[in-house]
Amino acid sequence: MKIILEQLLNGLTIGSFYALIALGYSMVYGVMKLINFAHGDLFALGSYLGFTLLVWGNSYITAHFGVVFGMIAAMLIAAIGVGISGLMVERIAYRPIYPAGRLPAVVSALGVSIFLENALMVIWGPKPQVYPSEAILSVVLNIGAIKITLLQIIILIISFLLMGSLYYLIQKTTFGAAIRASALDRETAALMGININMIIFFIFALGPALGGVAGVMVGMYYRKINFILGWNYGLKAFTATILGGIGNIPGAMVGGLLLGIFEMLGSSYISTAYKDIFVFLILILVLIFRPRGLLGEKVAEKV
Amino acid sequence: MKEHQNKVWERGFFIFIIIVFILLPFILNDYWIDVFFFFGIYALLGLSLNIVLGEVGLFDLGHMGFMAIGAYTTAILNTRLGIPVFLLIPVSALAAAGFAWLVCSPIIHLRGDYLCIVTIGMGEIIRMTLVNNPFGITGGPNGVFGIDFLSLGSSLVVDTPRESYFVIWIIVGLSIIALINLQHSCIGRAWNCIREDEIAAESNGIDVRYYKLLAFVLGAGMAGIAGNIYASKLMIVSPESFNFMESCLLFCIILIGGMGSIPGVLIGSAAISLFPELFRAFAQYRMLIFGVAMILMMIFRPGGLWPRKRGAVEFKSIWLKATR
Repeated sequence: MKIILEQLLNGLTIGSFYALIALGYSMVYGVMKLINFAHGDLFALGSYLGFTLLVWGNSYITAHFGVVFGMIAAMLIAAIGVGISGLMVERIAYRPIYPAGRLPAVVSALGVSIFLENALMVIWGPKPQVYPSEAILSVVLNIGAIKITLLQIIILIISFLLMGSLYYLIQKTTFGAAIRASALDRETAALMGININMIIFFIFALGPALGGVAGVMVGMYYRKINFILGWNYGLKAFTATILGGIGNIPGAMVGGLLLGIFEMLGSSYISTAYKDIFVFLILILVLIFRPRGLLGEKVAEKV
Repeated sequence: MKEHQNKVWERGFFIFIIIVFILLPFILNDYWIDVFFFFGIYALLGLSLNIVLGEVGLFDLGHMGFMAIGAYTTAILNTRLGIPVFLLIPVSALAAAGFAWLVCSPIIHLRGDYLCIVTIGMGEIIRMTLVNNPFGITGGPNGVFGIDFLSLGSSLVVDTPRESYFVIWIIVGLSIIALINLQHSCIGRAWNCIREDEIAAESNGIDVRYYKLLAFVLGAGMAGIAGNIYASKLMIVSPESFNFMESCLLFCIILIGGMGSIPGVLIGSAAISLFPELFRAFAQYRMLIFGVAMILMMIFRPGGLWPRKRGAVEFKSIWLKATR
């Protein structure tokens, strides 16, 4: 029982990383119908930005304002940095290609991904970097028989706050309705007076920013980051997006959390070595029997 | 009259290219012959993916998985049972094609991006299964090593770079002839019809499911042959050679060259395999430049470098439909 609960908590933590990254994929896909392959590498960029910020800010911010403040400041600044990079990627690599259609945009996205991955390698070096341990909380709490670190609690609180506010924004506000409308049909939405460029600007800033926060969290949680981080997490988060239903915001959150939990339970009860296979098998089974994902709506086929 | 002249020029150009390819290994040193050998491997893989992606328009981002099946079939049967690698060419092709038939049958009804995602998942499952060393036959992350040269008994052994260059390019040449014939056959027309409009194809009595599956099986078979040659050339196969990144590069070959265009595939694979070599002097910056080149390429020539002639009009309609 104790192990199950602990594994569930770990799964939830990893799942919240996946969910935060998946939101970026899902928002961009929803409006642009583009699989943003560069998103995983933007997430890795966030991870590296957080690393540099913590190394620099360690002596000043952490010493003066405490560890928690330092951590949150790192997440915030990394999020802003990654958000700006996301906007730049859209402006430079995607916007000129929209008229040509979807497939060239996929190649361009792969190009951005290769570029970013190698830029990370050139800037921070090919060796893995380790987050400074004094800048990260290492308190372990014992609740009943369950062990949980304070860091995990903070990660869970922040990611659930972020997901909750995004859910509110997308589902309850007028602006959210505009985003959903442009995801359904961009042209008609534009005819109804929705500023599509504004929406595109927003999704390409917010999606990568959430990914950046997840990047810093992953760095804090595992301590060790490398420049190919983006591919691994990107692929998993993308799987999560499909699992929940691509283009569907609550779906991305549910998909991410479920994927994290599946992965942890799979690795503790089936086999650690086969846990990734397990994840992809679930994905394929879901797609065979429910191609629109768990929460996706059925789209009628146009003739 | 002008058309006729164009045709003569075209034919002359292709004959010139063929002569250049025959003479190349006698001019270049061994290192560059090997570079051109890998160009050939990428060309063969590109041609095989071109059937699935270019002709039928099915997004396949796990194509390296089929090559892995071919390469590992060769590696295991050769090192365990000592079967000559030449005999294993059809075996690898059949293994990869059979695997494709088995795996793709249940997923062939998925459309567009969903099919793309399932193929990503399939490719990753193949790679991770190989890493996990099932039944102790795939050698785990280290892979299988000690594979023989391409040989048939002791009389026919392909062991110099020049010979393996000729083997791969002869196979590529034969595949090109076969694919051009296929493009003009009723199968090729059915494929293109499905790519342009699946519903129209279905309502005209084309068995969409059958033709899509056929494309996957043929493509996988060719990738299996590429896997066989690759394994015997490197003498080692390891799971990391077949990762997602490589599948993405294959995808790029088709789009850089132009969908469904055979000269385009050759240009695309030249770009993918020769570009990093030409920029070797820049060492760690070369992949950076490669990424930028991909972006610029798509900005300035989104239809590919050598789009298929008949395709120009058709592609426009695909794009318009997709962006709508």
